[in-house]
Amino acid sequence: MNNIKTVSFIATLILLVSCLNFAFAGEQELKTDTDRDIRKEYKAFKDHHLKDIHSFKLFKYKKEEKTVYVSFPLPVIIYCQGKLDVFMSSKFYNHKNKRVEFKVDDRIYKIDDHEHIKARNNQGEPLSLLDLSITKNVAFIILAFFIMVVVFGKMAKSYNSNPIPSGVGRFLEPIVLYIRDDIARPNIGEKHYKRYMSFLLTVFFFIWFVNLFGLTPFGSNVTNSIAVTASLAILTYVITTFTANKNYWGHIFWMPGVPTPMKIILAPIELLGTIIKPFSLMIRLYANMTAGHVVLMSILGLIFIFQNWLGGTLSFGLAFALALLELLVCALQAYIFTMLSALYFGAAVEEHHHEEH
Amino acid sequence: MEIPAIVGGGLVVIGAGIGIGRIGGSALEAMARQPELTGKIQTVMLIAAALIEGIGFAALFAL
Repeated sequence: MNNIKTVSFIATLILLVSCLNFAFAGEQELKTDTDRDIRKEYKAFKDHHLKDIHSFKLFKYKKEEKTVYVSFPLPVIIYCQGKLDVFMSSKFYNHKNKRVEFKVDDRIYKIDDHEHIKARNNQGEPLSLLDLSITKNVAFIILAFFIMVVVFGKMAKSYNSNPIPSGVGRFLEPIVLYIRDDIARPNIGEKHYKRYMSFLLTVFFFIWFVNLFGLTPFGSNVTNSIAVTASLAILTYVITTFTANKNYWGHIFWMPGVPTPMKIILAPIELLGTIIKPFSLMIRLYANMTAGHVVLMSILGLIFIFQNWLGGTLSFGLAFALALLELLVCALQAYIFTMLSALYFGAAVEEHHHEEH
Repeated sequence: MEIPAIVGGGLVVIGAGIGIGRIGGSALEAMARQPELTGKIQTVMLIAAALIEGIGFAALFAL
């Protein structure tokens, strides 16, 4: 039971940190040209698809010269001027699907093209706010959390009555064992690996599941947001830093076995290295998943650019092959994140006898 | 004449590609020579490839 608690704690932490959407200053784009440019339109569609949004857009269709959008809103939670405002994102749109302002007490909220919420008061002065909304990404993180709790909770309970797993456990048990025997044990060491197993398993299955959600229709690519991968990398950094033994710190500040002037030069480099390691974890996961989706979307876009049977067939075939490759990349990225985390943990708890060198 | 930044990005990606290719090739040779170490070689190969890949992505994001 203790493991389940740790798993839920870590998942909640990931959830909380990744809720904090990074705010960027976005300027409104002016649409001047009236003639249709398919390339531009598709690029805008692609960029919007890769973004984290405040509603769940299912599809759109044309009815009597009007475009009808089918979507459902997600809750917006904003902390502004010491008050917590909770409302649905549909409040930002009127019945004609035009953007409108929404007023709570004396705070006026508005959403812009880039799905960022802006606030101002009655006098028109901008207010700073903290956006804690349940966006599409957060909704999928919660879904992954519940799936993990249900599947692994059930699996853990089934071992009480029967040592052989049943159902989906038969598929997952070899993966859990693989992470234990081939990732944690050789990299962290026989003595300490048990302490890190809950984190490694959680992070592997979390990344894997959310990556797979990204490939489903209507699914959101959660790891496409740098906030999510940053929170995962920060967890690795925090665990490495707080479980490290004196050998690890000795290696950073006073590298054994090298001359004294070298030790002074190496200390800042090694210290920087502790931050670069989780930073590269963050960038790797984020960039890999984003790149995969951008390529997939671009190849699908060839259909609209060629607009003939040859382009369509080619594009479909390529996109299908790439989607299969993405399935592999999903698991591979989860594996590499887990593997490198285990490697960093291993370096933190390693015990050496340097006098022999 | 000013060289666009994307040219530099492309050069870094070419370098990363050569690097990962060499890692893959060497790993293949090593695995052919010592099939009993396949698992270990694969792990080390993936780590090295992932590290180089990180540099490639860093270059692309610096654009």
